[in-house]
Amino acid sequence: MTTILALVVLAVGTYLVKAAGPFTAAGRELPAWLDRLANLVPAGLLAALVATQTVVDGASLTLDARIVGVAAAAVAVALRAHFGIVVLVGAGVTAGVRALGWG
Amino acid sequence: MRPLDRTAAEPPAVRSLALSALPVALAVGAYGLSYGVLAVAAGLSPAVATLSSVLVLAGGSQFAFVGVLALGGNPMAGALSGLLLNVRYVAFGLAIARALPAGPWWRRAVDSYLVVDESVALALGQAGPRPQDPSRTDGWSTEVVRRFRVVGWSVVTAWIGATALGAYGGQLIADPEVYGLDAAFPAGFLALLAPWLRTPRGRLAAGIGVVLALGLTPVAPPGVPIIAAALGGLIAVWVPVRAVHGADEQEQRA
Repeated sequence: MTTILALVVLAVGTYLVKAAGPFTAAGRELPAWLDRLANLVPAGLLAALVATQTVVDGASLTLDARIVGVAAAAVAVALRAHFGIVVLVGAGVTAGVRALGWG
Repeated sequence: MRPLDRTAAEPPAVRSLALSALPVALAVGAYGLSYGVLAVAAGLSPAVATLSSVLVLAGGSQFAFVGVLALGGNPMAGALSGLLLNVRYVAFGLAIARALPAGPWWRRAVDSYLVVDESVALALGQAGPRPQDPSRTDGWSTEVVRRFRVVGWSVVTAWIGATALGAYGGQLIADPEVYGLDAAFPAGFLALLAPWLRTPRGRLAAGIGVVLALGLTPVAPPGVPIIAAALGGLIAVWVPVRAVHGADEQEQRA
């Protein structure tokens, strides 16, 4: 029962944080400084997601097959490959490196 | 005006949209399968496991939640660690809200449900930073909202469907890491980051984000490093433009 209650807390809380933006800022012109900030926030967040999902395992930094796959994906990005290709390169190279026995 | 008939939308755009949504749906589906398996192993019934994906729709926090359950921890502690991970959606919701029209409340309520990493990142990433030229912002917004909703519903379908498959279908599922799918997400996010990396301020925000996220990971609770990385944007806004390579203000993708 506590588990169900905790699940509801997680669900409601998650919905509220998701809804904060659409219910306060949709269809409005933001002040210039906030507009510039909102334009740059995705860069910081995306970069953090890339970094943590590449070299973080639990709470520690670690180098494994993912770094090779993401490096290969970076090459694909530099060559302006399509999004789907970049994802496939990242996953495929990582899987290949693992199949060879590292990480 | 754009035609309301969806079938009349430009075919190349629709095709490119589907091509982008498909790999995302596949990767999300693979993780949904393993979430379903883990949730049941952690003690949730298959029905509750599936329901959790419908109600929460935020993969990282759901893994954190069942991770705490599996270790025999307090479910409320699991919910709180999950919520901490999800605080980033305030920033994601704000980022997408700039493109959303001022629609009726139910439209905003549905759009709020669709705020996940993949929908926001793919919508904003593929459209790039918002053009400063006011005559081009409407087209930018339309493009962003369309991508956001298509990818959002793809993620909803893949995540919930795959959770149910994993929860009810159980042990047939192989480890997604064998297929390198844990690297599919950072590879995809890197592709989405690319438009910002072509601007000096975007590079600064991204660099600060990486340093903060990796620096805080060993010492801060899960979720905090990603939130702190948003500060990368905050700092990058205040740095004088001249200090950033002396570049001019024109930072938009051509």
